Amino acid sequence: MMRKVAIVGAGMTSFVRRALETPKELSYQATKVTLDSCGLTLDDVDCIAHGTAPDAFDGLHQNGEYMVDGCGGWNKPTMRVYVGGGTGIHAVVHGWHHVASGLFDTCLVVCEEKMSSALPHAQAFFLTIFDSITERPLEPNLLWIFALEMNRYMERYGYTKEDMALVAVKNKQNGLKHPASQFSEKVTVEDVVNSEMMAYPVSRLDVSPVSDGAAAVLLASERVARRLTDKPVWIEGVGWSLDTAYWATRDLYYPRYTDTAARMAYDMAGIREPDKEIHVAEPYDPFDYKALHHLEGLQLSPRGKTVELLRDGHFDIDGNLPMCPSGGLLGVGNPIAAAGTMKVCELFWQLRGEAGQRQVPGNPRRGVAQSWGDLMQVSSVVVVGN
Amino acid sequence: MNKKVAIVGLGFSGFGTTTPDLSYREMIFEAATRCYEDAGGIHPQAIDSFVASSEDFMEGISIADEYVPDQLGAVLKPVHSITGDSLQGLASAMMQIKTGQQNIVAASAFSKVSNLSHHEHLVSYATDPVYIRPFNENPYFIAGLEMNRYLHETGTTRDQCAKVVLKNRYNALKNPGACYGARLELEDVTGAPALSYPLGIYDMSGHLDGAIVVLLASEERARELTDKPVWIKGIGWATDTPNLDSRIEGMGSAVYAKLASQQAYRMADINNPFNEIDFAEIDDTFSYKELQHLEALNLCGPGEAGRLLELGCFSPDGDIPVNVSGGSLGAGYLHEANGLQRLMEVILQLRGEAGPRQLLDVETGLAFAWRGVPTATGAAAVISTRP
Amino acid sequence: MEDTIKVAGGTGLTADDIKSGKIFLTEDSLDCAYAWDTGVAVNRYLAELKQGKIIATRCKKCKRTMLPPRLFCELCFIPCSNWQYVQDTGIVNTFSICHVHWDATRIGKDEKPHLPAVIEIDGASEGMGIMHLLGEVDPEEIKIGMQVKAVWKPEAERTGSIIDIKYFKPL
Ligand SMILES: [Zn+2]
Repeated sequence: MMRKVAIVGAGMTSFVRRALETPKELSYQATKVTLDSCGLTLDDVDCIAHGTAPDAFDGLHQNGEYMVDGCGGWNKPTMRVYVGGGTGIHAVVHGWHHVASGLFDTCLVVCEEKMSSALPHAQAFFLTIFDSITERPLEPNLLWIFALEMNRYMERYGYTKEDMALVAVKNKQNGLKHPASQFSEKVTVEDVVNSEMMAYPVSRLDVSPVSDGAAAVLLASERVARRLTDKPVWIEGVGWSLDTAYWATRDLYYPRYTDTAARMAYDMAGIREPDKEIHVAEPYDPFDYKALHHLEGLQLSPRGKTVELLRDGHFDIDGNLPMCPSGGLLGVGNPIAAAGTMKVCELFWQLRGEAGQRQVPGNPRRGVAQSWGDLMQVSSVVVVGN
Repeated sequence: MNKKVAIVGLGFSGFGTTTPDLSYREMIFEAATRCYEDAGGIHPQAIDSFVASSEDFMEGISIADEYVPDQLGAVLKPVHSITGDSLQGLASAMMQIKTGQQNIVAASAFSKVSNLSHHEHLVSYATDPVYIRPFNENPYFIAGLEMNRYLHETGTTRDQCAKVVLKNRYNALKNPGACYGARLELEDVTGAPALSYPLGIYDMSGHLDGAIVVLLASEERARELTDKPVWIKGIGWATDTPNLDSRIEGMGSAVYAKLASQQAYRMADINNPFNEIDFAEIDDTFSYKELQHLEALNLCGPGEAGRLLELGCFSPDGDIPVNVSGGSLGAGYLHEANGLQRLMEVILQLRGEAGPRQLLDVETGLAFAWRGVPTATGAAAVISTRP
Repeated sequence: MEDTIKVAGGTGLTADDIKSGKIFLTEDSLDCAYAWDTGVAVNRYLAELKQGKIIATRCKKCKRTMLPPRLFCELCFIPCSNWQYVQDTGIVNTFSICHVHWDATRIGKDEKPHLPAVIEIDGASEGMGIMHLLGEVDPEEIKIGMQVKAVWKPEAERTGSIIDIKYFKPL
């Protein structure tokens, strides 16, 4: 019998291109608003699980140590977890370990990213994610691997750039209703397809933006959760999986790391038919094609049939399986680690019927959030239910 | 969730000031292979989850987590990295088993600090970019500040700190995995050039390359895998504040060590650590740290550590032998793998595999690691031969 | 419906806020230098590249011929000491046409786009690709599945590096 763990509070900052606040201050704001949302203070928090992506963005070695006081970790057990871009959702898995292990009753999960400090551009620091000896001399940039993967995926199923653009249009449309969103403009398929070509087949609007922001959730054991709220959202399943670092030796058309991670989480949650048993999905969407790629890995859409379902409205807010009702990274913004946690916040609000204009109809009872990171090789999956 | 967790495998590789023969991935492969052999020849496919402890800047890689799976045999397995000391990584691995979702988890860490040209640059990049970095000082000035305040508050002497160096480097002569073993005189240490007054160059541990992998298992699986399990009775970690000027008890004390050990002792049901702990491997990144940590860990009273050291209390034949392995001063500093290096000696001693430095009749040991300047983070683990 | 979710902070700044001096910045550039030990397998790989050859290792258990070569098979988790030369030709598994430099600045008007690709090397096991560049090809003509061959630097200019191969060109 596993110990039951609930999400009892959630909160976030606005996502912006360049924030006035320092990384610590962003973390503080997300932490404070989360504690306020469930009427708690830092004294009620047993431990901190936090996350932030590459130290290189901040130019800070041991960035997790620097962040500690912003996350409320002063004089507490504090541990930073790291799976690159997947950190935002993985930190929730990491927080679940803290409470489900029986070591703690409450755990505050805080993720932050400030990408605007890096000059000339946060992207430059992605050169150093590649193998230092066999790849870096080629002067690669981050877009390469996504472009290579997107091209392979499209080629495999005969998808077009217009097909992929539909995701950007839909998510950005959803994001317009998110109070923390970085965007205020609607885009069309033509806008996306005709936006500046960065690395074929990736155009500028296929990509989520560079952002600053923070997001947090509070986890509690069953005993504490029942005392705090009559609407706890339970963590029913967690899974994560990391594929080989020799990324060029995998066939990029299918995210098998997502497949393995999802099966682990579904297994724990007792889910046999995910496409029927899950009512709302927040797959990781830093690029438009990625949302579809991940839906297939999450077993929420048959391989190669995802564009058809997308065109039929299957993934719309009022469709059979609403996808990224928050707007996702494309629609709200992508402060890397914080963006993942934002997806878990969204499921918390959706399952409690608190998502305002973005609310998925029909009282969704179960949701899945997934993130992706490292060298296109890791997925973390969280299944929640009420 | 009340599951007991055992350490069932230990493997290591490297342990040199340079290790040019192997890449870090090859070095970890060697350590992992030894660890899995030590656990009865388990294939990594049978391991449920893996935890690495690392810092990007140490490796010169953004997202060092990417390069973790292959050399541990963890392709398409649950893997994550903790950017912390490897005892925090151990805590993550242990918590995973206690949830009931995993039964066997590996924890790894390594140092290839020899591949890095200016480690002190990194240390200064860990200080506050607005308040501290503009001073443009060698970052070890922070250790100087701490040491001076510690001596002032407790009455501990400069010579007592130097005697930590003598003890640990002498102990290291019996450890084949130690690189800085030596028989020194007091004047060698006190007369050495200053690094940042009152800290001298011999008061700081030297760099070391190496990899360590340990394998953890739930009680049921532990009994199947090995006949020499040792048990993690308690674990704890804590952080004071990253702001140097607002630590809760000032620069002179190690609150993180107090909090981390309190958590570990509570879990292990230890009320009187001096009586219940047989020996300890305690962070001695700088000489004064061993004494400061001994007090914070409640292995002696405040201000007593220096005097007890001189009485031989912490020598291999003393009441509580401390850093029989040589510690970081004698063996070399393994950076994020520091905690696993402390733990490794505790495991070897408890199993009776510590060779010429084997202690007699030891049942319970303490491992404690600190994350180095400028941090105020530490982690403690109580390990025992009894479940 | 009432939006009950909690958002606080995240105050956006504009370029003007910074230009006008309203916002103070502390600038620093990092000075980190590394010399990575290449180890047994990659060292041999680089040494062979300097000779104009591509070498792989073969796992005796799963029989995979692996690129880049490794001291151990990460799946079988056993050492590999079986070296095997492979061809300097291969098949484009996927490619891109990239208009930005590594630091995200856009390439100049007169500059050609970069052509990164995953190339499955002939003689290695199926799917064993390496990342490299394409060259001597019209970007419009590149196709997944296309056969390519390495174009080496002149022997005197090779240093034992992955860029001893300048790029791969269509066969
Ligand atoms: Zn094999």
